[in-house]
Amino acid sequence: MSERLTTNLKIRRGTPGDAEAYDVIEFEFEAGQSVLDALRWIRSNRDASLAVRYSCINANACKECVMRIDGRTGYACTTALKPGEMLIEPLPNKRLIRDLVTDTLPPDERLA
Amino acid sequence: MVQYLETDVLIIGSGGAGMYAAIAAADHGANVLLLDKSIVGRSGATIMAQMTVAAAVGEEEPDDWRFHLKDTIAAGRDLVDEPLAKILCQRAPEKIWQMEEWGVGWARSGNHLTQVHAPGHDRKRCVYVDFLNTGPATARTLRNQVRKFDNIRRVSDLIVTDLVLQDGRAAGAVALHLETGQAVTIAAKATVIATGGLTSMYNRNSASANMGGDGYALGLRAGAELIDMEFVQFFPIGHLAPRMTGMDPIMWDPFRYKLGGRLLNGKKEEFTQNYGAPEDGKYVVTRDAATYAIFKEVEAGRGSPHGGAWLSFEHIPEADLRAAFGPVIDKLANNGIDLTKMAIEVAPIAHYHMGGLRTDDSLATTLPHLFATGEAVGGANGANRLSGNAISETFVFGELAGRSAAALSHSAMPDIHHAAQPFLDIIAEASNRAGGGMTPTAATASLQTIMAEDVGPFRTADGLRRALDNLAQLAATLPELPTGGAMAFNQQLADWFGLRNMLVVARTIATAALARTESRGAHQREDHPGLDQAWTYNQVVRLDGDDIRLFRSEVRRLAQEELA
Ligand SMILES: Cc1cc2nc3c(=O)[nH]c(=O)nc-3n(C[C@H](O)[C@H](O)[C@H](O)COP(=O)(O)OP(=O)(O)OC[C@H]3O[C@@H](n4cnc5c(N)ncnc54)[C@H](O)[C@@H]3O)c2cc1C
Ligand code: FES
Repeated sequence: MSERLTTNLKIRRGTPGDAEAYDVIEFEFEAGQSVLDALRWIRSNRDASLAVRYSCINANACKECVMRIDGRTGYACTTALKPGEMLIEPLPNKRLIRDLVTDTLPPDERLA
Repeated sequence: MVQYLETDVLIIGSGGAGMYAAIAAADHGANVLLLDKSIVGRSGATIMAQMTVAAAVGEEEPDDWRFHLKDTIAAGRDLVDEPLAKILCQRAPEKIWQMEEWGVGWARSGNHLTQVHAPGHDRKRCVYVDFLNTGPATARTLRNQVRKFDNIRRVSDLIVTDLVLQDGRAAGAVALHLETGQAVTIAAKATVIATGGLTSMYNRNSASANMGGDGYALGLRAGAELIDMEFVQFFPIGHLAPRMTGMDPIMWDPFRYKLGGRLLNGKKEEFTQNYGAPEDGKYVVTRDAATYAIFKEVEAGRGSPHGGAWLSFEHIPEADLRAAFGPVIDKLANNGIDLTKMAIEVAPIAHYHMGGLRTDDSLATTLPHLFATGEAVGGANGANRLSGNAISETFVFGELAGRSAAALSHSAMPDIHHAAQPFLDIIAEASNRAGGGMTPTAATASLQTIMAEDVGPFRTADGLRRALDNLAQLAATLPELPTGGAMAFNQQLADWFGLRNMLVVARTIATAALARTESRGAHQREDHPGLDQAWTYNQVVRLDGDDIRLFRSEVRRLAQEELA
């Protein structure tokens, strides 16, 4: 259970209009850890400027951490890490704000 | 350009308490601005709660709010603000029915609501929504109600960084818009702090990302008083191992309500009875007693492999597990957990804050035109909270704070263009610090470690002094910490504002804990074991410049006939 595994997260970075750019960050993990665990670790230990929206962290209650993971839409907090490489991108069909954050707010909740 | 907004009632935070307050204020005719630093209605503790809402609805067996009040006062170890607790217990039932009318869907058996017997209550008093769905159902129900009002404006991604005063009263706030990095000024006739608790200040916690105690710091800096800050509740059986995702760390609580389960030490022996709290296969040990027993067992070298205790349901037939938790059993299976074959590991995690803003019976704080609601309010739970009281508190105190704030709608709209400027300058300055070095995100992790090591449930004078020194050192670095500079959705900058708040709130907890030379409820002093009657006082905290001032205050009591 506590065997250490390694994955390389290839993470889409930048704001609308930026040239396509990815960061590749290596993360060591234990089976059962989530993609969000890795992204939060990156923010604390590698690059605090990585933008990723989340609230409940574990509960899969807030539904804020929705993104593209290996080409499929999913929640970062419920998607288990897998060894090797994983591709992490923002939702393609929503307006990009920065990095992994897209505009997922109800329209009448924006500051405007 | 700084946006300038105006509203009758500004509500900061949109958990259960903020949403209920918005509905009540709007219902009383006020124009309401309901803000959240993340997404409205989804970001705090409310949506994460899984079970137990305490109210004397008497559906399962006869009950009366006075019995509920008696249990609340007993759990609070003689420090409960009794008039506030009375409001909570007396009005909780009507709120349960209001929520039912709004479609929350409390669990039922036959023609009555199902109520479970949670620890510390004298009878079956807690309603819930199946399966582990109380929080999501509550949040959805309130969101739907909020949307019905044209006079409630909702804004997400707006982080309130400071309150603004005008003529000695609260007159609105200054906020940072996370998406754009723009500052916003909000003038308000009345302001309600509904920002929830502070448990993300500890490294093991049940918190969402937005529970760093902002509201306490906002109030304190503006001149309001806090009460009972030394009482942070630890939830004894937070999930520790194996790692599981998509599940809440406090999910074992409902399992224990429904199925009992056995709490075992590293040698797989029952142990709570050795600390004066026998279990007998039922879930009756109060939170402070269970936390103490697990900590002591780990300290004695009898913990589970990851440093907690085992929780076992291995003796319960699979059919019973399925009947009680249906789809949750499949979720566990996805995480490789089969409860019929293995015990899981649990440990105490920071879960709720009893302390908070000091208010009167209308939930007005000591600063005029500033109100508090929900977990941000201090006093109603004294030194230890009963299970289920927190959600009831969001309903009852939400409605009350919203109504009290709306009553000020007839006052003149303050003009805070000028008064807001120093706070806008803080945002501008902080937004402009690119560069390297320790990030606020990393510094927050240091703060969580300081709090866990020396300001957890078990405290000593030496440890608390060490914590205050370490916090002072960390605070000295704050003005220099890089925020990444101007960019969209700058969470590093948000983390800086969060850390700024945590640093002051952490000091209030450690200072109050150091002064209280006794052990009571959630505050246990290893160097002062046992409750000391002479300490039957609440401690109140005020900020004087950068200094924390602490003073004692008589516990507010009800006359005996009001209890009868
Ligand atoms: C996992 C978990 C399970 C629980 N289970 C139960 C249970 O079964 N029964 C029970 O009675 N209690 C339970 N509790 C406690 C209870 O859920 C909370 O005490 C209660 O929901 C708090 O509600 P609130 O509205 O005061 O705050 P919250 O719901 O926490 O909402 C506060 C909101 O304020 C926002 N905010 C904070 N700071 C700012 C700022 N500076 N600017 C703008 N917005 C801000 C946050 O983003 C958040 O949305 C549980 C708590 C947790 C964490
Ligand atoms: S962080 Fe809340 S659902 Fe993923």
